[in-house]
Amino acid sequence: MNILVCVKQVPDMAGRFSPNAAGTWYDEAALVFRMNERDENAVEEAVRFKEQLGGTPEVTVLSIGPGRVVETIRKALAMGCDRGVHIDDPLASERDPWQIASMIAGHARGCRYDIIFTGMQSDDRGSAQVGVLTAEMLCVSCVTGVVGFGWQDGAATADRELEGGRRGMTRLKPPMLLTCQQGLNSPRYPTLPNIMKSRKKEISVLLPDEVGLGEPLSSVTGFRHHERQTAGLFLEGDVDDLAGRVATLLDAKRGIFRRGGAV
Amino acid sequence: MKALLVGECRDGRLAGEVAELFGFAAVSGAEASLVLVGNPDGVPAFGGRLYFADAREYGEYNPDVHKRLVMQAVERECPDVVVFLQSSYGWDLAPRLAAAMNVAQVSGVTGIDDGGYAVDSCNGKMRRTVKPLTSSAVLTLQPGAFPAPAEQGVPELIRLDADRSSGIEFLGSSQPETGADLSRASAIVSAGRGVGSEKHVDLVRGLAEALGGEVGASRPVIDAGWLERSRQVGSSGQTVSPALYVACGISGSIQHLAGMKGAGYILAVNTDRDAPIGDVADVFVVADLVQFLPALTARLRVGQ
Repeated sequence: MNILVCVKQVPDMAGRFSPNAAGTWYDEAALVFRMNERDENAVEEAVRFKEQLGGTPEVTVLSIGPGRVVETIRKALAMGCDRGVHIDDPLASERDPWQIASMIAGHARGCRYDIIFTGMQSDDRGSAQVGVLTAEMLCVSCVTGVVGFGWQDGAATADRELEGGRRGMTRLKPPMLLTCQQGLNSPRYPTLPNIMKSRKKEISVLLPDEVGLGEPLSSVTGFRHHERQTAGLFLEGDVDDLAGRVATLLDAKRGIFRRGGAV
Repeated sequence: MKALLVGECRDGRLAGEVAELFGFAAVSGAEASLVLVGNPDGVPAFGGRLYFADAREYGEYNPDVHKRLVMQAVERECPDVVVFLQSSYGWDLAPRLAAAMNVAQVSGVTGIDDGGYAVDSCNGKMRRTVKPLTSSAVLTLQPGAFPAPAEQGVPELIRLDADRSSGIEFLGSSQPETGADLSRASAIVSAGRGVGSEKHVDLVRGLAEALGGEVGASRPVIDAGWLERSRQVGSSGQTVSPALYVACGISGSIQHLAGMKGAGYILAVNTDRDAPIGDVADVFVVADLVQFLPALTARLRVGQ
C-alpha cells in the first residue's frame, strides 16, 4: 500500500505580518515557519495507519515551496514518513489553489497512491480547496474535515466534523483522499533517534513543470492589514494596575452579569 | 449578474445562514436563484427559481450525488457566480463544483472589493483581494459577512433528479456530546491556546468562579484534552450569548467568533495586540494571562 501526505510550511500565526513589495502576500523576513497544524494531524494519521498495518505501507511526504520547506519535510520524516518529495517552487506563495492542486495531482498520477492525507486547510491562506481539487483532478473519492479514521477489511471509515458538534460517518474504499481536521489525533513530537534516522531518508526534488503546473484561475492583490472593527477599549501596562481597572469596569457591569441568564 | 445560491440542510432543517446567501445577492445586485437538497417543508421564501431535490431521497450530504444535482442547476441557469456558505457543506462541495465547471473558487468571501472579493488570511489578521480570471466563479461566504435581507415570495419550483451512485457510503450522523450547557450561563470565561499548558486552565477556572460563571474553551484546548468537548465554544461546538464573555489567550478564529460574538460584553486577554478577537472585544487587555488572571481574580474576590 502506498500513502501520500501533503504538508505546507506556514508562518507562526502569532507573528507580525506585513505585506510584500508587490502587495500580493506577506513579507517573509520577520516570520518563523513551521508545519501547518492540520497537516501535522495528516502526518500523524498516516504514520499511525502505517504502524497499525505492521509497517508495510510506504508513506511519502510531499511539500511545495522554496528551499525552506525541506525543514518541514524533514520533520514529517522524523515523525515516521519514509521518503520525501520536494516540489521546488520559489513562487509557490503566488500560485492559486488550482495550481497547487495541479502539481500534487501531477506527481500523484504516476505513483498510484491508495490513500492521500492532507490538512483540511492552511493556517495562512485557509482556502480549504487544495485537497478537494486534487481529489477531483485524480478522480478519487474524497472526505473533508476528518476527525475520526478507521480501517477494516480493505475499507476506511472517516468521520466528518459537522456544525454544532455533530459528526457524519462515512465508509469508502481506496483510492481516496482525506482532508484532516484538528482533533483527529495528537501529533507526536519527533524523538532524537528518529530525527537522526530521518537524516538518511531520501528526498527527491521535482520542478513545477515536471509535475504539470497548471495555469492560474485567480489572482491576488491588495494584501493588507485587516482594519479592526471594534471601538473597544485597549488597555496595556502594569498588570496590577490593569487588574484594578478591569475589576472596576466589571463591577460597574456586575448588576447585569449577576442578574443571571444569557442576553 | 446572475447568482446561483446553494442552500443547505442540517439535521433535517434549512440552515439559518442560508439567508446570508440572499444578502450577498442583494449587495452584488445579482438576480438570485437557489438550489437546495432539503426538506420540502423548509423552503425559504423568495421570488425566484428554486431547483429542489428532496434530502430524504438524496441524503443530507453525499458529495458525488449533490455535485450532480447542483451541476444540473448550473447548466440550466448559466450563472456568473455559484455561491455557497463556508460551512462543512460548502467547503466540501464548492471545490468539486469549481473543478467540474473548470472555474476559479474564492473561499471565505467577506465583501466585494475592487473588482474582486475580499478574503481574510493569516487567521484573520490580514486581508486580500482575490479576482477570478475565469468568466464565472464559485464563492463561499464567510459566516456573518453579508446581513440577511427580508425576503418574501413563493419560488418557482424546478425538481432535480440525479443518479445516486457514489464511492462514499454514509453510515449516519452522531449528535454532540452532552455535558456542560453553556447556553444559560450569564458569564463564561474561556481558555484558548494562549493558556499554554494544562495547569494554567485553573487560572481560567478561578476567574470563572469569582464571576459566578462557567468555563468554556476554544478548539485547541479541547483538542489537547485540557477540558471536556462539551465546553467548546464556536461553530463546531456551542453557540453562546452570555452577558459577559472573557476570552483568555484566544486569538479569535472565525469559527470561534461565530460561537460567541453575540455576548453582551466581551473582555479579551491576549499578548498579541493584533489578534482578531480585537474585532469583537469591548475591552482588550494586552497582558500575559498567567499574571493578569490571578490579579484580576483577587481584585474581584475582595470586592465581593
